[in-house]
Amino acid sequence: MIGSLSTLLPLGVQNPLFWILGMPLFGSLFLACLPNWHHAVWVNVLISAATLAAAASLLVVRPAETLLFFIDDFNIYLVGLTAFVGFTTSLFSSAYIGRESRDRRLLPQHLRFYHSMYQAFLFTMLLALTANNIGVLWVAVEAATLTTVLMVSLYRTREAIEAAWKYFILCSVGIGLALFGTILVYLAAQPVMGDGVPAMAWTQMIKRAGAFQPELMSLAFVFLLVGYGTKVGLAPLHAWLPDAHAEGPTPISAVLSGLLLNVALYALLRFKMLIAANSHALQPGPLMIAMGCSSIFLASFMLYRRGDIKRLFAYSSIEHMGIITFAFGMGGTLANFAGLLHMTMHSLVKSAIFFAVGMITQAAGTKRIADIRGLTTSHPFLGWSFVIAVLAIAGLPPMGIFMSEFLVISSTFARNAWLAVPVMIGLLITFGALIWRLQGMAFGRPGQLVADSERRHQSTFVRAIGMIPLVAHLVLALVAGVYLPDALVAWFQAVGKLLG
Amino acid sequence: MMAFLFGIFHTWLVLVAAPLITGIVRLTKARLQGRQGASPLQPYRDLWRLLQKESVIAETASWLFRIAPYLVFVAVWLAATIMPTFTTDMILTPAADLIALVALLGTARFFTALAGLDAGTAFGGLGSSREMFVASIGEPAMLMVIFSLSLLTHTTSPANMIAYVLSGHIGIEVSAGLALASMVMVAIAENGRIPIDNPTTHLELTMIHEAMVLEYSGRHLALLEAAAMVRLLLFMTIISSLFFPWGIAFVDAGPGEVLLGLLAWFAKVSVLAMVLGFCESLVAKMRVFQIADFLGGALLLALLATIFLYVSEAV
Amino acid sequence: MNPAEHLASFGRISYDTAHLIGAVILMMSFGLLYQRRLTAVIRTYSLQAMVLALAAAWQALVQDAPHLYASALIALLFKGIAVPFALNWLVRRLGIHRTVETALGIGPTMIAGVGLVALSIVLVLPVTASSTAMTRENLAIAMSVVLLGLLMMITRRNAVTQVVGFMSLENGLILAAVGAKGMPLVVEISIAFSVLVAMALFGIFFFRIRERFDSLDIAYLETFRGERR
Repeated sequence: MIGSLSTLLPLGVQNPLFWILGMPLFGSLFLACLPNWHHAVWVNVLISAATLAAAASLLVVRPAETLLFFIDDFNIYLVGLTAFVGFTTSLFSSAYIGRESRDRRLLPQHLRFYHSMYQAFLFTMLLALTANNIGVLWVAVEAATLTTVLMVSLYRTREAIEAAWKYFILCSVGIGLALFGTILVYLAAQPVMGDGVPAMAWTQMIKRAGAFQPELMSLAFVFLLVGYGTKVGLAPLHAWLPDAHAEGPTPISAVLSGLLLNVALYALLRFKMLIAANSHALQPGPLMIAMGCSSIFLASFMLYRRGDIKRLFAYSSIEHMGIITFAFGMGGTLANFAGLLHMTMHSLVKSAIFFAVGMITQAAGTKRIADIRGLTTSHPFLGWSFVIAVLAIAGLPPMGIFMSEFLVISSTFARNAWLAVPVMIGLLITFGALIWRLQGMAFGRPGQLVADSERRHQSTFVRAIGMIPLVAHLVLALVAGVYLPDALVAWFQAVGKLLG
Repeated sequence: MMAFLFGIFHTWLVLVAAPLITGIVRLTKARLQGRQGASPLQPYRDLWRLLQKESVIAETASWLFRIAPYLVFVAVWLAATIMPTFTTDMILTPAADLIALVALLGTARFFTALAGLDAGTAFGGLGSSREMFVASIGEPAMLMVIFSLSLLTHTTSPANMIAYVLSGHIGIEVSAGLALASMVMVAIAENGRIPIDNPTTHLELTMIHEAMVLEYSGRHLALLEAAAMVRLLLFMTIISSLFFPWGIAFVDAGPGEVLLGLLAWFAKVSVLAMVLGFCESLVAKMRVFQIADFLGGALLLALLATIFLYVSEAV
Repeated sequence: MNPAEHLASFGRISYDTAHLIGAVILMMSFGLLYQRRLTAVIRTYSLQAMVLALAAAWQALVQDAPHLYASALIALLFKGIAVPFALNWLVRRLGIHRTVETALGIGPTMIAGVGLVALSIVLVLPVTASSTAMTRENLAIAMSVVLLGLLMMITRRNAVTQVVGFMSLENGLILAAVGAKGMPLVVEISIAFSVLVAMALFGIFFFRIRERFDSLDIAYLETFRGERR
């Protein structure tokens, strides 16, 4: 047993996976023991940076696939994205946490817990992304839920606990159903693959997925769509998402929105590929298109009634996950390309927005949109960055999101023009809502609170550190909108083909 | 020829044995309560005494009130002739099946309820309405039990069911267990035993069956009491013959086997009577509102018994 | 008895026993929906977990898969003994109301439950036509237990009963997992779920969640946060 385990686990030092997975896991344990949070902040950044470096090494060294772990063209880019956003968020978090602690909203023991959980969360996401075994994938997504629940409840207010409880219960049920779907997939595969571990290894399964029992696969996909779809936050299963985003610490909102939703969608897509390989099973596309459309619509209308800035952007996340799900539901190389690009752009821009929102709420001392006014006057740099980020997420050119949304719609037009109409309407409604809200917050006479509070507390250095991730994300999104390197395009196209 | 004789014998056997079984139940309860208790033959004496007495009929009562006891008694008695006791070789056995049995019992209940309403007293109406409420859930539950048993054994005739069960085609069958549990609950409700109803009380808040027959006296009451006793025996026979049919004699059985069947049947119903007495001593009567839950449980078990047949290998 | 016959008779017994255990687990799920007292709910859950342990042990024997004994042990010790103990302690400690508050009456819940069982059979039977009776039945029962757990979570107002509903849902999942022949990682999944359950109990205790938040509907937090004026 132990002997076989060593061939399954990435234990070699040359194996990048060893570092990618080992670093956050070890970091989590180390941070749990580190008493001084001032150090923990920087250790957290360091570990995240090291993980990013390890992820970058994947470009050079592609580890061999085992029955438990593998890297292919699809997940390599998500691993990179996760490690990158994980790193930038840790930078932002260093500034944010300092401020929160000074304002006595978080106590040192909470911070120790927070940092440990942050690394544990990164570990579970990376584990889910690199897992070759659908059982391990499930365990990782479940663990990711657990760690984020703990972080959402960090502030211990009534609202935070309620949000965490709701998140916990809904997502537990969701992943419970996903497990049932996973078991059904195993049962469908078992007559073809034989008993045991190979029948749960994705790379083995995809080769023979055409021979799986189609009826069982169809039933399984419904469970998986509902299960992992809950975690993606697709309407009507999204009820946990706005609360969890709004009540947790802002860096966590950033990684929840920018990364965790992607991971859940990634899990769903892996199963979609399995079922798409089976021509007799149900077509996963229409189901995903329907859920995507409903998410876009629901979120776009809900945006108008938000009074809380974090909830506003949480609903925007639901909308964008809807667009991505829609794109993958359409299928085909171009739509998949658009979906992948949108996934990346949304991660970058949405986490940038949450960085900005974090600083804004700290500066303004409130999350109520009505109380936030005249940001461009009171905090010119932060305010204008926020404006750019919101314009980007609303889909204004020349940012990357415009390009991916454009691709989604044009590819849909080419295939089925009528389907593009609801998406376009949804996008327009969203655009209106975001611009309307943005106008109130960014322009006009600054509120009293905003005018005097920011400069009092933080050193320029720490503020600059907090600004770096925001700027970096926005620059990347802008560059992607203007110019995508040919190598990247070719690569996305290859992955798009892989996704079918 | 033998079938004819057995049929006649069976018909009288259930009538004659019924008071004895009721007597055994009462004696068991008395002993468990620490009383000496009346002899198990006491019900015979009671019936005899009632038959001697004058029957008083309310001024407001119509002809229906008069004929109802006869109809009820005949219906229950006929139902009892359908269910084999000691042998399946009886002239009337192929004539009717379990669904007819339920219909006959339903008829009896219908007339009892009408008679309860007929006299125009408050208690009669109350009893009738409660009885109908119990029946509205109990009867579907019983039909559901019969339905699942029929699916399991591919027949609705009791004699064929017994033969199928004895042939050993059924392994551990969860459906049969669920059906048995449901049947027991239905039997408790149909016979007005604790915890649904208490046959020995005349407390107006709780009584169901007794409230309907409160206006009766003399021979009419004797008939209704006898009908109740036969019904109790009938349900015990259903449970013992369908679920524990061992010992029962078939067509062309020798006299020894028939005798064995007779003894086995009597032993089974006596044990059931004692178990009933024992259980009634243990539990308390439920509130009327909880009866719906109780019978709902019976219906649920019966439904599950049917559903389970479809997941198992049996069908 | 020659080996083939022996195997056939063993197959019969193994099927019959699995059939019986599965049915008992399903009945316990109905029992959970039927109970009106919190202590009775907890006791029923404990029984269900113990029967689940039996099911896992039986599958371990039949499939000759020793790792399933670990699952059985987890089910028995953690879910059958430790969790009910902790729940009872919680109920006492937090002074939780002992009567189960229902959002939907017992009767309608039971009817819905039967409907769900029928639904899962209708769904599972056609898609498993080529599987063995044991797999088919196990899957149908497991899915019923999952759906009944979901029903319990929806129709019960109290946080403890809600968690019990979730745990019974989880029992269904473990039942499905142990019944899937040769499925790897069952033990790991059992452990992962145990952690989840422990978290839930911890959450209830630590945050003193007595009632489930009025609804899982987001509208509630919205009013709370002054978004609806």
